Amino acid sequence: MKILIVDDFSTMRRIIKNLLRDLGFTNTSEADDGSTALPMLQNGNFDFLVTDWNMPGMTGIDLLKAVRADEKLKNLPILMVTAEAKRDQIIEAAQAGVNGYVVKPFTAAVLKEKIEKIFERVAASQ
Amino acid sequence: MLGADNFDSRVLGDGGVDMLGELKTRALALVEKLEQGDFPGASELIQRINEARDRSIYREVGKLTRGLHEAIVNFEIDVAGSEGDNISHMANAQERLDYVINLTQKSADKTMDMVEAGIPVVERLGSDAKTLHADWQRLIRREMKPDEFRDLYHRIDEFLGQTGSSSAILSEKFNSILLAQDFQDLSGQVIKKVITLVQEVEDRLVDLMRVAGQVEELTGVFSQVEAVQLAPARDVVAEGPQINAQQRADVVSGQDDVDDLLSSLGF
Repeated sequence: MKILIVDDFSTMRRIIKNLLRDLGFTNTSEADDGSTALPMLQNGNFDFLVTDWNMPGMTGIDLLKAVRADEKLKNLPILMVTAEAKRDQIIEAAQAGVNGYVVKPFTAAVLKEKIEKIFERVAASQ
Repeated sequence: MLGADNFDSRVLGDGGVDMLGELKTRALALVEKLEQGDFPGASELIQRINEARDRSIYREVGKLTRGLHEAIVNFEIDVAGSEGDNISHMANAQERLDYVINLTQKSADKTMDMVEAGIPVVERLGSDAKTLHADWQRLIRREMKPDEFRDLYHRIDEFLGQTGSSSAILSEKFNSILLAQDFQDLSGQVIKKVITLVQEVEDRLVDLMRVAGQVEELTGVFSQVEAVQLAPARDVVAEGPQINAQQRADVVSGQDDVDDLLSSLGF
């Protein structure tokens, strides 16, 4: 299971990386912006994407839309982990095809639950 | 064009009321001249009426100019930095906030370093204890041979020593983590200073706007401000972390709200 973590704050990337490691996911990579993440996804055989919303170059929502529009990547499971908490944004992300939405600050339990739920649904649809 | 409505004592100041009286007197005299057919006389009166109005305007413009100059100077001192400083106070505020970001970054990294160093110590302690415990159970059940027991004897000694040193290591990590929280105090102080600075800038801007408003009233020139069009570029604007979520209807207050919203929409 290869996971890409995208957030412009290195502190947050480190926290998520550690939480994923605790859950048994040790194969993780990082990107600090949507614009650097997209080529990594296109070339990298990732199984899961965790991304923030607010990033200076390409935002998480734009990354989400770009991934869903890419023929090779459109089925990639995506979890958004973000401080953005407006209803409109949550709805926009859901309509753009995000698989899960976690608001910051979050707990390890919440992250675990959302990831497990996403993989359950992925398994069920196959 | 100046209308009588704009000439009130607030704009004209002390001379204002006298101004109106003087103008009225002259206007009445003008009408008289015109009725008498005295064109040169009437012309001269019109000239004098204009001069009286002009004097009044010049006086007021002078006052406003001084007021504006003062507001700008204050603004520069508080915001742009007086001649003694090397950088403007706004640049100062930016530097301070950069400092806060760096400080909190360092503290977070240090704390996480301590945690990451402590985790393997704890894990090893746990797994060694588990193995030893299993063997000790065998001993209790009398399933252990004498040479196995000799081995266990030494391993327990080793384990007890390891527990002691692991405790010391973890205590040291915990203390470091505690100390790394000092960023809160330091960044809090810096942020307070920036809040003060921003307040000062706002006060000065309000001063400037007040004076500018008076200039507009005097000249009768009101800038045409078209209805402000919000940039339609993005329909949904990202706002960052919500500070007062409970006061807004368009914002969720936590993960449970997010989950409720999504499931209510069928996601």
